[in-house]
This record gives sequence, structure tokens and C-alpha cells, in this order.
Amino acid sequence: MVRYFSLALVLLAVWLLLSGHYDPLLISLGVASVILTTWIAARLKIVDIEGHPIHIALRTIRYFPWLFWEIVKSNVDVARRVLSPSLPVSPRVFTVQSSQRTAVGRTIYANSITLTPGTVTIDVRGSELDVHSLTSESAAEIQSGRMDARVTIFEGAD
Amino acid sequence: MYAAAGLAIMATMVLAITRTLLGPTVYDRILAVNMFGTKTVLIIAAIAFLTDRMDLLDIALAYALINFIGIIAVLKFFEYGEFSRGGRGRP
Amino acid sequence: MLEPALDFLSWALILTGGVFGVIGGIGIVRLPTFFTRIHAAGMAETMCAPPILLGMMLQSGWSLVTFKLVVILVFLFLTSPTASHALAKAALHGGVSPHDEDVGRS
Repeated sequence: MVRYFSLALVLLAVWLLLSGHYDPLLISLGVASVILTTWIAARLKIVDIEGHPIHIALRTIRYFPWLFWEIVKSNVDVARRVLSPSLPVSPRVFTVQSSQRTAVGRTIYANSITLTPGTVTIDVRGSELDVHSLTSESAAEIQSGRMDARVTIFEGAD
Repeated sequence: MYAAAGLAIMATMVLAITRTLLGPTVYDRILAVNMFGTKTVLIIAAIAFLTDRMDLLDIALAYALINFIGIIAVLKFFEYGEFSRGGRGRP
Repeated sequence: MLEPALDFLSWALILTGGVFGVIGGIGIVRLPTFFTRIHAAGMAETMCAPPILLGMMLQSGWSLVTFKLVVILVFLFLTSPTASHALAKAALHGGVSPHDEDVGRS
């Protein structure tokens, strides 16, 4: 039930901020559309731990700055390689084991790998991820398991 | 400032179009078109600031949505050959 | 006092975004195989759009415009890895081998 209220609140905030009109008629129309959307989402049964994962909302404050910094670092590395005349890339494919327990955790891990330039998740089989990497350094970075551990903490114990 | 951003984005778009024309496989072309779409969102935002018409940002937002759904639809078409079939194992 | 500093920061962010965008474009033309080109496109998406949009946010201050830019940024950040992964997976199932060095070379 908490999820429905939080979904309705988020939708209402988005509606108010995107419309920018605050007279009673338009706000009541907005409230009506928010209730309709929440009802449709409830009928579709997508307001669950996957569709609206509010339990990780607080921990994003710790995870995302770290992820942004990783993205900046690997961006600079990939940019240097693209611009150097000899094009020093050594593409390879490898498999990593993900230690997250839920599908949400694995999705966050796979998406974090893909967001970091130099590594792309190309296939997911259960808890095994096939990763394509541009260089052996970025492959070693993923295989060291630092990101995996971070995402497992981010996913939480519950 | 926004003119500089627009010029850089346009240069990127030209390079993406180059790959679209060269690209040996169909996936290369889809990749380049996806990149072109993302840059279109940015250039619409730059034009909004350049001409001081902030309503264009709504169009940029809608374009970002359409670009993503369009790429997924095209990929699904090339993977399954039709739009009506579901994922793995489904009829 | 604050105005020139904000202007300078916006310029720096927008130039960073533009430069990385062009490098991503060069990468997508220069890199040899399809799977390596995905990395260049990912670079153009993660390091080009966010700095440019952040620079614009600094210029617009606290307003609805900033919120719209935040929505665009969040949306691009959520969809770009999904699109990259869908592309890589479709190419893999469509018969482009990531192991072969010469497939897709042009």
C-alpha cells in the first residue's frame, strides 16, 4: 500500500512540475489523471518490488556519486584510446558471476556495467553476465568485483 | 555558449550519419541512428536556450521518449522479423 | 560576483560535453568492429548529454526549466544502457560474432 501512495505522490509531483499551471481546474484534472494512472498500474500488477523499488531510494545517495566518478574516469580512458593514432584497443568477451540475489539488483549491476564506457553487458543467463570490454584494463576492473560488491550493498539486505 | 554546444553536437551528428552510411551491418546503422537521436534531443534543448523558447524543452522530452521506443521497436523487428511476437519461448 | 563564476562553470561543462560528443563521433567512425563501436556510442551518451544539460541547468537557475532538464537527463540516463544492451543482444543473436576481429570491418 505504501508503494501506491509513493507512486501517486511521485506522479503528482511530476505532473505539477511539468505543467506549470496551478489553477484549481487544472490541478483537479491532474489529480484525476494521477488516480487513473495509479489504478491502471495496480491493475497491471506492476507496482511491486521491480516496478517501483522505493526500498533502495535512500541508498542511491551513496551509490550514484561513486558510479558517476567511475563513468568519468573510464570516459577519459576510452577517449584517450580513440584519439591515439595507433588505436590501442584489445576487445574481448568474458563472463562474470553476479552476487546479487534479486532481479532488480542484477539489472542495476548489468546497467551499471553498460553505462561505464569500455564495458557492455551483451547477454544475461541467470546470474551469469557476458560482458564485452574494449580493453583488458576495463575487463580487469570488472573482474576485480569492486562494482559487484558496491551493487550488492546498494541492493540491500532485505 | 549555446551556439558552441550546437556546433559540437552538429559535428557529432555528421559523424554519426557517416557511420550510418558506411556501416556494414544493419546493427551499426541502428547504433548510429540511436546516437543521432540522442544528439537531436540535445540540439533541440540548445535551440530552446538559443532562441529563448522554453516550450521546446517539452518537445525534447517527447523526442527522447519516441527515440528510445523507436530503437527498441526496430531492434525487435530485426530480431524476430515481426512486431507481434513476444520474447523467448512465447508464441 | 556569482554570475561570472556560474557563466564560467557553464562554459566549462558545455565545452566538456561538446568535446566528448565529438570524440564519441570520431570513435564511432574509427573503431574497427561493431561491438567496439558500442563503447564509442556509450561514451557519447554518458559524457556528452549530462555535462551539456548540467551547464544549461546552471544558466536557468531554480525554475521549471531546470526541472524539465533534470527529467530529460534522468530519462537519457535510464534508457541509454537499456538501448545499448538491447542492441548488443540483438546483434549477438543476429549472428554478429564478438570474437571475430574482422566481422563488420569497413
